[in-house]
Amino acid sequence: MPSVMRPGRDIAIVAFGQTDHRRSSDELSEVEMLMPVLHQVLDATGLKTSDIGFTCSGSSDYLAGRAFSFTMALDGVGAWPPISESHVEMDGAWALYEAWTKLLTGEADTALVYAYGKSSPGSVRDVLTRQLDPYYVAPLWPDSVALAALQAQALIDAGDTDEPALAGVASRSRRDASANSHAQLRGSVPQGEYVVRPLRTGDCPPVSDGAAAVILAAGDRARELCERPAWIRGIDHRIEAHSLGVRDLTDSPSSRLAAERAGAFERPVDTAELHAPFTAQEVVLRKALKLGDDVTVNPSGGALAANPVMAAGLIRLGEAAARIHRGASDRALAHATSGPCLQQNLVAVLEGDAR
Amino acid sequence: MATVPSPEVLRAPLVVEFPFTRSLGPVQSAFLTGLRERVVLGVRCGDGRTLVPPVEYDPVTAEEIRDLVEVAPTGTVTTWAWNHEPRRGQPLETPFAWVLVKLDGADTALLHALDAPGPDAVTTGMRVRIRWAAERSGAITDIACFETYEGEAGGVQSAPHDGVFGDPVTGIVAPARLDYTYSPGRAQSDYLGALADRKVVGERCPSCHKVYVPPRGACPTCGVATTEAVEVGPRGTVTTYCIVNIKAKNLDIEVPYVYAHIALDGADLALHARIAGIPYDQVRMGLRVEPVWSDGGRFPDHYRPTGEPDADYDTYKELV
Repeated sequence: MPSVMRPGRDIAIVAFGQTDHRRSSDELSEVEMLMPVLHQVLDATGLKTSDIGFTCSGSSDYLAGRAFSFTMALDGVGAWPPISESHVEMDGAWALYEAWTKLLTGEADTALVYAYGKSSPGSVRDVLTRQLDPYYVAPLWPDSVALAALQAQALIDAGDTDEPALAGVASRSRRDASANSHAQLRGSVPQGEYVVRPLRTGDCPPVSDGAAAVILAAGDRARELCERPAWIRGIDHRIEAHSLGVRDLTDSPSSRLAAERAGAFERPVDTAELHAPFTAQEVVLRKALKLGDDVTVNPSGGALAANPVMAAGLIRLGEAAARIHRGASDRALAHATSGPCLQQNLVAVLEGDAR
Repeated sequence: MATVPSPEVLRAPLVVEFPFTRSLGPVQSAFLTGLRERVVLGVRCGDGRTLVPPVEYDPVTAEEIRDLVEVAPTGTVTTWAWNHEPRRGQPLETPFAWVLVKLDGADTALLHALDAPGPDAVTTGMRVRIRWAAERSGAITDIACFETYEGEAGGVQSAPHDGVFGDPVTGIVAPARLDYTYSPGRAQSDYLGALADRKVVGERCPSCHKVYVPPRGACPTCGVATTEAVEVGPRGTVTTYCIVNIKAKNLDIEVPYVYAHIALDGADLALHARIAGIPYDQVRMGLRVEPVWSDGGRFPDHYRPTGEPDADYDTYKELV
């Protein structure tokens, strides 16, 4: 049995901010969309940009249709005089992982992590085909809904779910999102027609523009900056074979392994923020992560209520942390995914100090 | 303070198109050449499984794998999804099913399209066979799609294959095109709007008071929004320059010419433009210049000397 990695230093999420997520924000450039969120987390902690030890971001050039698009966003973090900065061409959850690693080394005590995605300029279904195997798969242009639909059908065939159950996931998510003022789809949303059968409109995430930011801090610095820090007790990420036909699409062994290594199974969690853009993926993750009915899943509404690509995973970590900050959770699991059909998965376990 | 008015948002189509040229490894080369010859090859893993489509490294052990085998062009659907609205670039233009197909003799499934009259004609477990493209070049699209097949599964053994064909395919060209509607956001829309009136308008940082041009809506030093519009120029000072000696494709500017950084009067950031109206070897730091607009031009075609005395180095040294 693999051992659980113990962080060598206590590191916490001490602030979280996000934009209102919308179908289109074309009156704003990416940095204009991002800046209010950066100020939100800085204001919450009283930090200035010059106080931040390390900055890391996640975004994708393919959403903007422009090379090195993240460099434009750097204007929003005050990158002059020079700062210690890095970028991942992935969801911001992986930028958070990099920042956490940086803080573990002791080279920094605070980190600003942000992520943004404007899906509105292009067609996100087509854009995401460009992350597929370029030899055997991408030339067929299978879009993101089509691949998720193959996974959904595999689950239905396996008896793990059916269309009414998937509709239930959709309606619960949007109902829960009613309490989330940032969410794009809230309340009652029609399940709609098939997009790619068996997935209907309601089973798919909205196309969203949005951004999010968190601040990480180590040890006593975290206690100074936040009344109840969300301590990262463990975090791990794992990947599966890129070939869909090699994988069992009804399971997520990479999520399970990441959760195990992050210590998620040592004690029960009360909350899980799962990055499941499609209803069927929540079914897969609940099973893989052994989440019982007593766990509150996606009280924010999850990615079915707002799906700013490249920020939606970081938002799961932020939402879980925010629940700990305000005392609504004591031990939460946060999950982020990337790639088709849950190919890559990151799991973090967050805890608040005992009350 | 001159607060920037609410902008007319600019929009323009943006097409990103590229013919990605990719080289193939030995296993991919054999597989794609095989498709051209109507032969489907898989590769045997260390645990005895046959992977189709084949890869060069075992997905479990990461061992290099090279043992090619031939599998049947018939197989079984392991999962499917009905696509009633095919999108650009997809294998069929009529409604079809996406399918994962485990070919007879293979242990893993291949993604492709299934031609079927409707979703009621598709089930997991149904038998299908490859419909070959009439013209084949050594690409996954040499399989036009799958079609229904009445034959039973079973009894098919994969057979070793040397993977050798005449004129092997060693690379593929995978054209990609994505369409966007580009919108530059508020600050750059305002800048472009002013430029249409032959004005250069920057934005001042409320914290450090520097004027940025072109503005991007944020001060890169302070990390705050810039909101106050400030007209700068039209005259400016060359802060630094280079002499271009290589003619760019499709550019009708004679070489050598000078490309310079120009600090417009009132701006705290230099922008770059071509200098003309002066022999290239007489351009210098400190040269005072002004914009020259061509008829219908949406930005200055170039800058030319104003005839003023050169600017003192101390006046622009912060902007070099």
